[in-house]
Amino acid sequence: MREAITNLPWKLPDAGRLKTLVARIKETSRLMVGIPDYDRYVEHMSANHPEQPIMSYREFFDNRQQARYGKGMKRCC
Amino acid sequence: MNALSKLLWVGIAVLGAIALAIVALSRGEMINSVWLVAAAICTYLIAYRFYGLFIGHTVMQVDANRTTPAYRHNDGLDYVPTNRYVLFGHHFAAIAGAGPLVGPVLAAQMGYLPGTLWILAGVVFAGAVQDSLVLFLSTRRDGRSLGEIIRSEMGATAGGIALIGVFLIMIIILAVLALVVVKALAGSPWGAFTVMATIPIAIFMGLYLRFIRPGKIGEMSIIGFVLLMTALIYGRSIAESPTIAPYFNYSGEMLAIMLISYGFVASVLPVWLLLAPRDYLSTFLKIGAIGALALGILFVMPPLKMAAVTRFIDGTGPVFSGALFPFLFITIACGAVSGFHALISSGTTPKMIENETQIPFIGYGGMLMESFVAIMAMVAASVIEPGVYFAMNSPSGLIGTDAASAAAKIGSWGFVVTPDMLTETARNVGETTILSRAGGAPTLAVGMAEIFSNVLGGKALMGFWYHFAILFEALFILTAVDAGTRACRFMVQDMIGAAVPRFRNTESWSNNLLATTIAVSMWGYILYTGVVDPLGGINTLWPLFGISNQMLAGIALVTCTVVLFKMKREKYAWVAALPALWLLVCTLTAGLQKVFHDDPAIGFLSHASRFGDALAQGKVLAPAKNIDQMRQIVFNDYVDATLAFVFVLVVVCIFVLGLLEIRRARANDRPTMREIGAEHAGLAHA
Repeated sequence: MREAITNLPWKLPDAGRLKTLVARIKETSRLMVGIPDYDRYVEHMSANHPEQPIMSYREFFDNRQQARYGKGMKRCC
Repeated sequence: MNALSKLLWVGIAVLGAIALAIVALSRGEMINSVWLVAAAICTYLIAYRFYGLFIGHTVMQVDANRTTPAYRHNDGLDYVPTNRYVLFGHHFAAIAGAGPLVGPVLAAQMGYLPGTLWILAGVVFAGAVQDSLVLFLSTRRDGRSLGEIIRSEMGATAGGIALIGVFLIMIIILAVLALVVVKALAGSPWGAFTVMATIPIAIFMGLYLRFIRPGKIGEMSIIGFVLLMTALIYGRSIAESPTIAPYFNYSGEMLAIMLISYGFVASVLPVWLLLAPRDYLSTFLKIGAIGALALGILFVMPPLKMAAVTRFIDGTGPVFSGALFPFLFITIACGAVSGFHALISSGTTPKMIENETQIPFIGYGGMLMESFVAIMAMVAASVIEPGVYFAMNSPSGLIGTDAASAAAKIGSWGFVVTPDMLTETARNVGETTILSRAGGAPTLAVGMAEIFSNVLGGKALMGFWYHFAILFEALFILTAVDAGTRACRFMVQDMIGAAVPRFRNTESWSNNLLATTIAVSMWGYILYTGVVDPLGGINTLWPLFGISNQMLAGIALVTCTVVLFKMKREKYAWVAALPALWLLVCTLTAGLQKVFHDDPAIGFLSHASRFGDALAQGKVLAPAKNIDQMRQIVFNDYVDATLAFVFVLVVVCIFVLGLLEIRRARANDRPTMREIGAEHAGLAHA
């Protein structure tokens, strides 16, 4: 039975894929309102700019909020 | 392509052709909305696969090996390489707004067919082309804005003209969007209460997000949503209470004053307090409502009650004046082609693209999605009884202010409707009247209520669904008013700052307040003239908005054409040049007709001279009640005529400058475009 399932022409969503999907949906929703992924920011800073200070999540959040709305948004009609 | 996929595409083409034939050729009998949806989806699939990818691979020649700005400037903040599906969602949320929902509703007065055909043809050959080409240009220039691209590729003059164009379009958009809210909330205590409740709710969320649980957007949005729904449900009790309801029962003029003051206050407050939390709510609500509408249409499969083509293609329609050409093509802007998207495509999206090969998917594909929203709006407007549709969208100057006169007038146009139907529809959605609620939102709300109540709640929940739809549009529009006023304020500071450098200092409170006052009074003035306009305002202002939006699209497409010539890809320049020419023809014809047309219903100047002549003889023409109002009408006509004429001038200037630039590019035998980051290709244009 197990084999029959793995032989299907499409992949059933396993736990790992489902987790990725949920993470992506979360990432999309946050990016829609202008907040990029914090973990990736930390990862990027520690890998490339270890000498620079890394913002806390709270500072990061305020920074992104100000960047998105500070100068007003040109929203579509 | 292998045999299987060839077969699949043939299948899609055949299905699409059948669906289109049913949509286009059926006369007399009602067709099901599923055919409209099927025709649209098949068109999108084929357009993306065969035209979108052609533009990407052959016209742009996207380069999978070229480093994108997201990698070159990766900072984890603005420049972040982002998964293409995630970025698609971000881009779509940024371009989707109230526009694609309003335009098609207004255009439904000519029947569903003309609008649908323009939405489909427009998106495939103009809108999606513009969005993806601008995204491409900006990605190759470190994510620079459209204005900066125009300045560097076409010169400072063109850049300056485009800047004025963008500023005017912002002003008109703010006025028209605010007018849509006024039209929806005037005399509607339920609606006014719910929309006003969003302000304390948003402020509470803002405080929560800053002090109680910093940065927890998810839980904050859920709490906000629950509070909103509570306000929506209790709104009915408020509207039914004889003691409280009068406090939320406003006239159009009062609402306009309230919105103008609101725009002023909201745009100088710190963003975390009101703007940001409300934007979160409105963004999620918007995506949710669009998804729900799609599911609702697929699930209910409502028949279209509107005729395919009505007699109003001759230009005598009550919703907007003017014949099918050119006015249909400016009434539906967003959803077919929207210049505003050129600002978004050269905004945050290009800074996050992982690979150039994803440009067609995000730029072309994102716009196809937006177009689908417009198709759904067209369906929602067409499932309502046509008589009810015209009652809702015709100005009171034409149909009077009571159900009996409205039904009689609309009956004389050949659309059967009884006064009972009109009062019953109003009662069903929890309103006292639905007459002359122009502006799209209420009509869309009735359509959505019609569809949703079929799935859940029946008649009992129709009022809830109606006000849910109003709330979702109003919430979105208030965010746009707030953010747009702020954007205008900075543009004002920038423009005046060019002459008085001190004015550029954005930290100064006096600069801040003065620039905000200028921005607010500009759109506020236009809004107010719209509210007191006897023709209902939308009739006058929506065409101006359409012209300005299509003007901006024309500017963007001319820029794309110029750059294609500079890249020595003139062989493919038609891809951008043909839609640019079409928009030029539409905006020029519409703009000149709005100024000079003999019919006072269309031309501002002939309207002004009709009222001016009467004024000279001391006569007062309806709807003016005294000499002062007569003077006001004449003055407003001149303001509107000037605006329309400025749009015409902007288009002509950009077009001429574009032609000159193309000639210069052709005289040079090497590529002359100014791209950034082509090191590996050996084309270093700094």
